[in-house]
Amino acid sequence: MVKKILMRGNEALCEGAIIAGCRYYFGYPITPQNEVPAYMSRRLPEVGGCFIQAESEIASINMIWGAAVSGKRAMTSSSSPGISLMQEGISYLAGAELPAVIVNIVRGGPGLGNIAPSQADYFQATRGGGHGDYFTPVLAPATVEELTHMMVDAFDLADLYRTPVIVFGDGILGQMTEPLVLPEPSRRVLPPKDYVLDGARKRDPRKIMSLRLSPPEALEQHNRKLRKKYEEIIRKEIRYEEYMIDDAQVVIVSFGTSSRVARASIHMARERGMKIGMVRPKTLWPFPAEIISELADNHQVRAFIDVEMNMGQMIEDVRLAVSGRRNVYFYGRTAGMLPDENELLEKIVEVTNECCLQKA
Amino acid sequence: MNVVYKRPKSLKDVRMHYCPGCGHSIIHKLLASVIDELGIREEMVIVGPVGCSVLIYNYFECDGTESPHGRAQAVATGVKRAQPDKIVVCYQGDGDLAAIGTAETIHAANRGENFTVIFVNNAIYGMTGGQMAPTTLLGQKTKTSPFGRDSGMAGYPLKMCELLNQLEAPVYIERVSVHDVKHIMKAKKAMKKALTYQKKGLGYTFLEVLSMCPTNWGISPLNSVQWLQEYMLEYYSLGVQRDLGAAEDSK
Repeated sequence: MVKKILMRGNEALCEGAIIAGCRYYFGYPITPQNEVPAYMSRRLPEVGGCFIQAESEIASINMIWGAAVSGKRAMTSSSSPGISLMQEGISYLAGAELPAVIVNIVRGGPGLGNIAPSQADYFQATRGGGHGDYFTPVLAPATVEELTHMMVDAFDLADLYRTPVIVFGDGILGQMTEPLVLPEPSRRVLPPKDYVLDGARKRDPRKIMSLRLSPPEALEQHNRKLRKKYEEIIRKEIRYEEYMIDDAQVVIVSFGTSSRVARASIHMARERGMKIGMVRPKTLWPFPAEIISELADNHQVRAFIDVEMNMGQMIEDVRLAVSGRRNVYFYGRTAGMLPDENELLEKIVEVTNECCLQKA
Repeated sequence: MNVVYKRPKSLKDVRMHYCPGCGHSIIHKLLASVIDELGIREEMVIVGPVGCSVLIYNYFECDGTESPHGRAQAVATGVKRAQPDKIVVCYQGDGDLAAIGTAETIHAANRGENFTVIFVNNAIYGMTGGQMAPTTLLGQKTKTSPFGRDSGMAGYPLKMCELLNQLEAPVYIERVSVHDVKHIMKAKKAMKKALTYQKKGLGYTFLEVLSMCPTNWGISPLNSVQWLQEYMLEYYSLGVQRDLGAAEDSK
């Protein structure tokens, strides 16, 4: 029988990482993810790994670079302001095509903001985040179990595509304790790490860099190569969940913690006879645009409601996918004020009245 | 006929991009010679900086990696922790190590990371065109201290060896120079000592190398040697600040 255990999100994600073969953690304290470094400092030595409390998030992400060029699975975690500090390093990792896993347990911003759960780093996570022409895959779990399992997926994606991968949680996911079944180690076949700097023994010396000065077209060529890789990721790695969309007239698009609130509101709405469903992106980048576009072509679907814990960021991707074919409404709370299932229900009723009833 | 002088095997036979009279090529050659003499070429991972020596990986027959500006010692920490059997050298300039990378420098040193840092101090930013460095001397004119560095405005030149010598963990700290043959030979000896200590696993080794930058100092290569001798040596005293490895050796 599969064993269910109770774990807090921030600690469960560490176990997921260790199952994935991560043996190196470098990080700096910041609320609400402090259980991650605390857990890793105790747990990694037990599995022959190495934990360092770095002097800053900037040092953390560059220690990750060092472990990555050594061919080892390494991760760091932080929360919003700390992730901002890491953006230079993430850009370098993307440029040099090095694998890394970065967990963002998002808190309220801008600035020091507050320490409450938030999804306000959606833009930063899905638009590359740092300087230059790149994207990073972004995984967005909605439960502690999914968070734990996505750690395995994150390390595989990082190695498969030689890219930094963001795991996008929030203060609730990090702090909440839930029952879960731990993931199995991955069986995915991964490419050999033929770039590793382990001493030029019986081979030519290797170099790892993101600087591409000459010839003049070198960087453009490299960025075209990156683009091809990103297109492959878009083709193969989009993940989402469809929830009650078969007969839905209004489709909610929501991810992570806010999708759990949306689920409750959908039940309440259905009890009242309204046909509501949801698309829950599990990858924020690449974004599941195709399913949303298909739904926008479906005569039965009258409108979309984007639900987030911010002032409306993913709604831009939803609108791009819908391309003006349907109205896209927004409901969200931000900076630790959680979406409320009754408030969302009111929005659903309002949208249903406006878009569904008059056409009937 | 006996060959008395040749290119070290660890140094690539390519033209370097350094300006005439620049100290980097000398210091590169010293490092390559020491790698040859210790027979560690196949164990090396060189971590480069951002600055004039950013392309260092093109000049050595060794594995090498770039690091973001100032972060070489954080990168080296990751490499050495992941591969303790490798010999890791950080090669950094004064802007990289003593301005933007001060935190990484102090904390790597304080953790006693078992790698070697070669800190090239030429008292100016080279690659960006001659701005004031943290090690720029008082009164020295640069692009961003056009009237000469004024301590009231810009503080004092940082003495990194002395600063790091306040920490418990480092095992070897020395300042050398490459302005003439005698000092070049001394610098090589120090470099060999640092790498030997690392190979023995003794801990953090730090070598500051005073070097010339004729282009950005705005004087000839010959006068640069003179300038270093006259002004830099006066402020940055040469010699061993700490050598705990010697005691380790005599045990």
